[in-house]
Amino acid sequence: MKDTSMDTIKISAKDVQVYYADNHAIKDVNVDIADKTVTAFIGPSGCGKSTFLRCLNRMNDTIDICHVEGDILIDGEDIYDRRVDPVQLRAKVGMVFQKPNPFPKSIYDNVAYGPRIHGLARAKSDLDEIVEKSLRSAAIWDEVKDRLDAPGTGLSGGQQQRLCIARAVATAPEVLLMDEPCSALDPIATAQVEELIDELRQNFAVVIVTHSMQQAARVSQKTAFFHLGNLVEYGDTNQIFTKPSDPRTESYITGRIG
Amino acid sequence: MSNPLKTSLLTLDARTKKRNAAETRFRAYGIAAIGAGLAMLILLLVTIFGKGLGAFQQTFVTLNVPLLEEKLDKNGTRDLEKIKKVSTFGYAPLLKKAMEETLTEYGIETNLKSKKQAALLSKSAAAQLRNYVLANTDMIGETVEFTFLANARVDGYLKDRVTRESIANDKSINAAQLDMVDALLAAEVIEKRFNLSFITGADASDQRPEAAGMGVSMLGSFFMMLVVLALALPIGVAASIYLEEFAPKNWITDIIEVNISNLAAVPSIVFGILGLAVFINSVHLPQSAPLVGGLVLTLMTLPTIIISTRASLKSVPPSIRDAALGVGASKMQSVFHHVLPLAAPGIFTGTIIGLAQALGETAPLLLIGMIGFIASNAPDSVASGFLDPNSAMPAQIYEWAKRADPAFYERAWGGIIILLVFLITMNTIAVILRRRFERRW
Ligand SMILES: Nc1ncnc2c1ncn2[C@@H]1O[C@H](COP(=O)(O)OP(=O)(O)O)[C@@H](O)[C@H]1O
Ligand SMILES: [Mg+2]
Repeated sequence: MKDTSMDTIKISAKDVQVYYADNHAIKDVNVDIADKTVTAFIGPSGCGKSTFLRCLNRMNDTIDICHVEGDILIDGEDIYDRRVDPVQLRAKVGMVFQKPNPFPKSIYDNVAYGPRIHGLARAKSDLDEIVEKSLRSAAIWDEVKDRLDAPGTGLSGGQQQRLCIARAVATAPEVLLMDEPCSALDPIATAQVEELIDELRQNFAVVIVTHSMQQAARVSQKTAFFHLGNLVEYGDTNQIFTKPSDPRTESYITGRIG
Repeated sequence: MSNPLKTSLLTLDARTKKRNAAETRFRAYGIAAIGAGLAMLILLLVTIFGKGLGAFQQTFVTLNVPLLEEKLDKNGTRDLEKIKKVSTFGYAPLLKKAMEETLTEYGIETNLKSKKQAALLSKSAAAQLRNYVLANTDMIGETVEFTFLANARVDGYLKDRVTRESIANDKSINAAQLDMVDALLAAEVIEKRFNLSFITGADASDQRPEAAGMGVSMLGSFFMMLVVLALALPIGVAASIYLEEFAPKNWITDIIEVNISNLAAVPSIVFGILGLAVFINSVHLPQSAPLVGGLVLTLMTLPTIIISTRASLKSVPPSIRDAALGVGASKMQSVFHHVLPLAAPGIFTGTIIGLAQALGETAPLLLIGMIGFIASNAPDSVASGFLDPNSAMPAQIYEWAKRADPAFYERAWGGIIILLVFLITMNTIAVILRRRFERRW
C-alpha cells in the first residue's frame, strides 16, 4: 500500500447538494476521492449513496426532477460545467449497476459496443484485442472465449455482472463507479467480483456503493459513511471500522442503525 | 389441554365450503361467458361461409362459336378499324347461332326462340367475343371454342337460389329455359366450377352480377394501405419516440397524451368528413382516389400506432437505457441501437393491427366518394393506382349488399370471406411476429 499515486486526488466534490424536486437527498457533501484506490460508500438504505454516486458521471441528468448544486471536479475540471457533454464524461467514468444489465446481444457485441461508438478501434483486429483485454481484466475471458457469439443474457448472474464490468472497462475509463454490484449475486460470484475489484484498482479509481460492511472492509482502502444525506465520516477503511470518530458511524457499524 | 375450538383438517369448515362454492360458481360463469362467445363466433363463421362460398363458384357455358366472316368483316380485308365498327350488338347473332348449333348437336328439343336461348348467357358474352376477335383477327372465319359466363339466373338455378316456383313473376327467365338448362347440364355444356375472376376481376354493372369481382377494389385497398404504411408508420414511430424518450414530462405533454388517447376513440366517420373538407374541398385532391382514402385512414390509424409504439417502448426495461448511457452512448444512440430494436416487434404488431383496422374501415370512405364508384378496369400504372377513382374492399361489399339482385347479395358475402382472409392473415402475422421476437430478460 505504499503506492504514491494513491495520494493523487482524482475526484473532488465541494458543497454538493442534490434535490429530487423538494426532497433534499444530498446535503453539503465534501469529499476527495483518490486515484488507484477503492473507495466504499456505506450507509443505511435511502441515505443517498446511489444518488451521490450517480452525480459522479451525471447519470442523474436522466431524471427530470433531479437537481444538483455545488462542484464536482475530476482531474480539476468541473464536470457540471456548461461546456461538458455528459456523454463524453461517461466514457471516462464507467458505471456498473446493481442488477446485471447486459444488452440482449452477443457477448462480443456487449463489450465491443462502447469502443465502437467512441471509435476506439480502427480495424476489426483492434476491436478483437480490446474485447479480449476487457474480458480478461474482468476475469471472465476463460469462461466465455469459446462462445463470444452467444447472447450475454444467457450467462449466469455472476458472469453477467463481470460481463458488465468488462463492458465498462472496454471504453478505457479512468474512474469506475459500482452501485451495489454484488447485491444480486450469490456468495461465490460475489467473491469473484470482489477479487476482481481489487485488481481493477491497479488501473482505475474505483468507487463502490455497498450495503455490506464486510464487503467494504474487504475491498476498500477508503470508506465514506452516509447518513440521511450527510457525509458523516470519511477516512481510511481501517480507521472507520476500528476507531470511528462519529457516534452515528459507530452505531451503524455495530448494527444499531440499519 | 382440550380446546373446544380445535378443528380437524380433514373436515371443511363452513367458511371454507362457502369460499370454495363461490370459486366454483365464478369458474362456471367464466366458462359460460367464453362458451357464449365461441358459439357466436361459430354462428358467424358458419353463416358467412354458408352464404359466401357460393360466390367462388360460377356457372359457365362452353360453346363452339363460328366467327362468321359475313358478319364481322364483310369485305374480307381484315382491316382492324373496320372490324372495330361492329359493336357488341353485331356479335349477338353469332351467339344465337352457336347456341342453336349446340342444341342440335346434342339433340335437345326446345320451342324457345333463338333470342331466348342465347339469353342463358351472360350479357358480357358478346363483349368477350368481340375482344377475342379484335385481338385475333386472323381467326375470323374459323369456329372457336369459348367458355362464357352463364346468366346470373342460370347460376342461381344451379345454386338453388332460383327455383321453378320463385321465377313465376320473373321476366328474365322462364320454365322452358330452365328445361333447356337441365338438358345442357346433362350434356355437360353447362357446368359450375371455381371462378378465379371473382377474386381478380372488376365490379360489373347491375345487369351482370355474374361478372362482378373483387380484384380491382382489392387493388384500391392495397394502394390505400401503401399510403397508410408510408405515412402512419414513420410519423407514428417518430412521434412516439419523441414523446416517450425525449419530451420533458410536463403539462403540455400530458395534454398531448390525453388527446392522442381521445383521438383513438373518435368515430371514423369524423375523419371521413375531415378528409372531405381538407383533402378534397381545400387541397383539391381527386375524389374517390385511394390517395385520399389512404390519407384519411392514416389520420385514423396514427393514434393506434402511437399508442402501441409507446407501450412497446415503455416495456423495454430502463436498465437497458442505463446500460447504454453508462458506456457513454448518447440518448439517441441508446434509443436507436438498443431500445428501438427491442421494441420493434411490438411496433410492427401494433402497425399490422392498425392496418387491419384501416383495411376494414368503411364509413370514412363513404364521405370521400369511394363507395358507389364502379371501377371497371384495374389501374394501369402505379400513379393511376393512387390517383384514379377506385373503390376499396369493404366499400365494394357495401355496394353489392345495397343492390337489388340477390346474385349481388351472394357476392357481398363472398367479398366478406376475402376480406376476412386478409384480416386473419394480417393478425396471424402480427401474432407470429410477437411470438418469434418476444424477448425475455
Ligand atoms: N429517481 C428518484 N426520484 C425521486 N427520489 C429519489 C429517486 N432516487 C432516489 N430518490 C430519493 O433519494 C433518497 C436517496 O436515495 P438513494 O440514493 O437511492 O439511497 P441509497 O442508494 O443510499 O439507498 C431517498 O430518499 C430516495 O427516496
Ligand atoms: Mg442505492
